[in-house]
Amino acid sequence: MARMKFLCDADRCIECNACVTACKNENEVPWGINRRRVVTLNDGKPGERSVSMACMHCTDAPCAAVCPVNCFYTTADAVVLHSKDLCIGCGYCFYACPFGAPQYPRVGNFGSRGKMDKCTFCTGGPEADNSSIQYEKYGADRLSQGKLPMCAEMCSTKSLLAGDSDIIAQIYKDRVAKRGYGSGAWGWQTAYQETIES
Amino acid sequence: MTMATRSWLVLAAIAFVIFAAAAPAVAQQANSVDPNAAAVKEQQLLQQFHRIQGLGSIPDTKSYVIEQPMGRVWRLLHEVYLHWFGTILILGLIALLLAFYFIRGVIRIEGGRSGRTILRFTSVERFTHWMCAVSFVILGLTGLNITFGKDLLLPLIGPDAFSRWSIMAKYAHDYSSFPFLIGVLVLFLLWVRGNFFTAVDIEWFKEGGGMIGHKHPPAGKFNGGQKALFWLIVLGTVGVTSSGLFLLFPFYFTNILGMQIAQVIHALIAICFIALIIAHIYIGTLGMEGGFDAMSDGEVDLNWAKQHHPLWVEQELGQARTTAPAAGAKATTPA
Repeated sequence: MARMKFLCDADRCIECNACVTACKNENEVPWGINRRRVVTLNDGKPGERSVSMACMHCTDAPCAAVCPVNCFYTTADAVVLHSKDLCIGCGYCFYACPFGAPQYPRVGNFGSRGKMDKCTFCTGGPEADNSSIQYEKYGADRLSQGKLPMCAEMCSTKSLLAGDSDIIAQIYKDRVAKRGYGSGAWGWQTAYQETIES
Repeated sequence: MTMATRSWLVLAAIAFVIFAAAAPAVAQQANSVDPNAAAVKEQQLLQQFHRIQGLGSIPDTKSYVIEQPMGRVWRLLHEVYLHWFGTILILGLIALLLAFYFIRGVIRIEGGRSGRTILRFTSVERFTHWMCAVSFVILGLTGLNITFGKDLLLPLIGPDAFSRWSIMAKYAHDYSSFPFLIGVLVLFLLWVRGNFFTAVDIEWFKEGGGMIGHKHPPAGKFNGGQKALFWLIVLGTVGVTSSGLFLLFPFYFTNILGMQIAQVIHALIAICFIALIIAHIYIGTLGMEGGFDAMSDGEVDLNWAKQHHPLWVEQELGQARTTAPAAGAKATTPA
């Protein structure tokens, strides 16, 4: 089985937000929830970079560790998923998540955040693959159809890569070697305790 | 020239041509604009700010933080240190109380009950106390459930039932905080005058509150230990409710770091608070004969009062406000 990861090549990201739109459309994500977002660092200054960030599907995921009801699980492809039937909307995963991935459908006063929603690597959830209930709760299940996440597939500059760790790391390494620079695989050290040597 | 030297020269010439061709290319690249020269570097940003924050294009400003490895520290505090601290503190305290119970035994009323009683707490005081007590037990159990439930209860009742119970527990926790806070405020106003430490309390603490040995140090309406309990409860309540307010209104007053700190403070104070109240429950029920009467119907036995709060009895009797039921009347047996 593959070890699925995201890799955002910040030197290519043009902040077009197509990944955000693709994700929202593909998964019919409710209003106010952003499974993926693009954030610009040093905006307007020399050396400005934009990074597209979502759940990084961490190794030894912090969200899973702190969840009071153990609603998280990791698939054979190393995708971190959760059960909305078990989630109590306590918000602890957001405190532990290094990437701000967990989202809540409601404002959250008096503990009424609702069921947590986050990027599923377009893998759906614990319901049957490609069932309507799975789509309603978790969005698209592209991986079971042999397709990669919509955000990366739609990326116009191929800045956002999704797929098996070894393959996307090699693509990034080749790019860095060819163009002579690279600002790094954002979040990899934090999520997987490894970096891509360039 | 031998064959060998000639071939060496050829090789050297070829090498020279290659290097000569490569050199200008290197020089040329150094002169061109390096788009990476000023680029933000992840590791550098993390070392400088401990979290990486930028500018996004959606209304949710929380999402502008793209990386906060501090979450790992919070995870460690919550999943490892809090579990150990809570387990050791609560189990340790229960073990201590059990040891105390078996070694020292129940603190009896010396000379038995007199049959005469004296009013210790009014109905308003008792009602407010029990309002605090019920809401505290709900708060404590539901709070412990969030930290320890997945280890203790989840394997017993299964994930579905545990999730349903935890959602109810979460709401119960949020809403019972209000009667608790109101109750503590009322009790604070009712009891604060009798709870300032005086010289009598120094004596009380010197004698270990009469808990070790069989002496009965002097005390007014509230003894030194009760005063300490009073102020610890006031401090604990200020701590849990102020940190709890941040958790009840997430991200209204603070950012991710503030939320993490608020949660850690809330959990730490709450665990200590629970330990304190377990000790309080012990001495109010199992640990002392006649003590529970003060909070059941409010009427305590005169002998109990003289033994534990002699100065208060003197004061009350001086004002001639005792109630004296007929001799032999057992109307005020403990509940």
